[in-house]
Amino acid sequence: MADVVVEQGRVVRPTGARKRTGLRNAMGRKSTVAFFLTLPLILLITLLVLYPAVYSIHLASLNKSMQKFVGFGNFTFLFNRDTFWMVVKQSCIFAITAVFFKALLGFIVAHFVHNIPAKGQRKWRGMLLVPWVIPPAMSTLAWLWLFDPSYSAFNYTLSFFGIGPINWLGDTLWARFSVILVNVWYGAPFFMIMYLAALKSVPDQLYEAAAIDGANWWQKIWFITLPMMRNIIAITTLFSLIVTFANFDIVRILTSGGPLDRTHIFATWAFKVGIEGSDIPLGASVSLFMVPILAVAAIFILRDVSKRGNEA
Amino acid sequence: MSRKTLTRRQFVAATAMSSAALITAPYVRGAYAAGKLSIGFWDHWVPNANKASTDLVNEWAAKEKVEVSIDYITSNNNKIQLTVAAEAQAKSGHDILQMPTWWPHAYAENLEPLNDVMEPLVKQNGDVNGTVKYLGQAGGKWLAIPATPGSQIKGPCSRIDLMKKHAGIDVQEMYPVGAPPKADNWTLDTFLKAAEACQKGGFPFGIGLGETTDSVDTAGAIFQSFGAELVNAKGDVTVKTDAVRQALEYYKKLITFLPPDAPSWDDASNNKWLISGRGAMILNPPSAWAVARRDAPQVAEQCWTHGFPAGPKGRFAPYLPYFWGLWSFSKNKEAAKSLLTHLSQPSSIEKFVAASGGYDLPAYANMTTLKTWQEEGPPKGTLYHYPNPYNHQTLSIAASPAPPKVAQQIYFQATLTKMALRFSQGEKMETTLAWAEGECEGFMRS
Repeated sequence: MADVVVEQGRVVRPTGARKRTGLRNAMGRKSTVAFFLTLPLILLITLLVLYPAVYSIHLASLNKSMQKFVGFGNFTFLFNRDTFWMVVKQSCIFAITAVFFKALLGFIVAHFVHNIPAKGQRKWRGMLLVPWVIPPAMSTLAWLWLFDPSYSAFNYTLSFFGIGPINWLGDTLWARFSVILVNVWYGAPFFMIMYLAALKSVPDQLYEAAAIDGANWWQKIWFITLPMMRNIIAITTLFSLIVTFANFDIVRILTSGGPLDRTHIFATWAFKVGIEGSDIPLGASVSLFMVPILAVAAIFILRDVSKRGNEA
Repeated sequence: MSRKTLTRRQFVAATAMSSAALITAPYVRGAYAAGKLSIGFWDHWVPNANKASTDLVNEWAAKEKVEVSIDYITSNNNKIQLTVAAEAQAKSGHDILQMPTWWPHAYAENLEPLNDVMEPLVKQNGDVNGTVKYLGQAGGKWLAIPATPGSQIKGPCSRIDLMKKHAGIDVQEMYPVGAPPKADNWTLDTFLKAAEACQKGGFPFGIGLGETTDSVDTAGAIFQSFGAELVNAKGDVTVKTDAVRQALEYYKKLITFLPPDAPSWDDASNNKWLISGRGAMILNPPSAWAVARRDAPQVAEQCWTHGFPAGPKGRFAPYLPYFWGLWSFSKNKEAAKSLLTHLSQPSSIEKFVAASGGYDLPAYANMTTLKTWQEEGPPKGTLYHYPNPYNHQTLSIAASPAPPKVAQQIYFQATLTKMALRFSQGEKMETTLAWAEGECEGFMRS
């Protein structure tokens, strides 16, 4: 509406003052105001996201001593390293498994919480969010003590049942299990809260109608809940996939990538190569390798979301 | 209204006086006449050890009229390495920055050569060991000055009682206070037998097989004792040699006597192992003993720090020096060099060693018999042989003598411990060697 008023105003003004009114019109437009309002955010993103991203692309194109441009040389070097492909495989296993279990647990717990009477629900919501609000570096340290190779609280407890001791972080399979477990513990509350919000927005009439039609519990979930939550499931999965793929702190604190590199993921291996090995260009190349994988996932998931949006 | 006129003479005199004042002003020694200096020191493990650095710097600053600022940077989670990398990228930051082991070589292009500081220090304090030269020099240039704070030997710290009871070894007799070691029989074979006896007695040696430095340093010393090099000094890959095979065979036997969770150990695990009283020996600087003195005095009074066992090619002990580097982009290089000289004086070194309770090791030959190591206890003299006072072992770093930039990759990728672990877990010798060869070829990139 404001745009129209300004356009009308321009017609009645004399031609001599066109320049001044032009500026005033520009300032008065909604889009200009919106641009200026978002400018601080644009600047912040440019400074904190765009600049580091471009700089890491620049770094990835240099040789080890950072004095020569090598184009895609670092990537072709990586493609010939067995350890790199092992890291790619492990990152995929880590991210996909962790996101799947986070989503599953989040979905189940969200249903439980949704069915708690409104009076007591706030307490449960708050308590269940605790793992997500504690800084992961701190909570992972607590997990490290629980998994401690020599003084594990888990092993101590299991010993009462005649089980163990389990080499939680020293055995390849258990180490992978442990890092995924901690990631699921940390990330499941995020899914829970998102799914809970989605559940609350599903109209009760749909369930009532389904009940009249004789739908059972499973049919209600399959034909009502899941379709109504599809977009939120897609968005949370994408978001979590990005964050889990780029995870660093959990693996770094628990295993540092060991034993025998079997728990390394992109970020921890990039740190090992780039910072500990003083090969920053190669470290940058390892980190950047996440981009195409995540971009493909993002395209598929978001395309599906917008398709459903258009259908709606 | 009176109007004062300025004569030509007055004008010339005033101009001359003002010019003289302007020109001589910088030479008037005000409180901070010699400029500013920013220093990044390693944040010491030992409580209050930083105070010695602060006091020494302030003492020098007051004398030289320099305004100083000190940051203590932790090495936890490689914060100090991150700082080095960030400052080298930004070409800005501290003037002097303390850096561990491999970093002077890694950032050699950004460091000011310090031969004019180091050469007089060597004349005054005695020569430095081969590892300090290997890590601190490139093409005859001193890239950095060896720092006393943080430098350490990771030799055996044994339990006197448990070694005597289970392995029949009297470590105090082998390494007596005030006398040269009587350690001719202290070989890798004896070490292996002792490891087996202590494991059977319920107190296994606490040696890690993880990817952090303590595990790698131990593996490095054992490999060197067999003359096993993955990459030689010329940069040739020498993985498939008999020496490497022998070292792996030895490690495979040793691993059977170590705690089963050793593959997941980090640098704190061996300390906890000793302090909790669960092990007869660890390979570590005296920090574990120092904590035990506070938290488990009954364990501390049974600890004895001594030399490494000898292998077929000699007696090697893991040594990790810290360095003080001066960035080439520093704006006050002369003041920085003066400070580095001050921090490397015998009186300063003595203060560093005393403040750290004997943990810090100077790199210079004439500085290995200080009072602190003779007197620290309990038991008295427990640190006497820590600084290698009789030079009966070669101080070395894992992955040497490979060119430092290659060796750094071998070191931080923990190639040695990974080889030992793979082989001990049943992988064929030739498969392990082929894997390591492939890794080393990858580390050659420049």
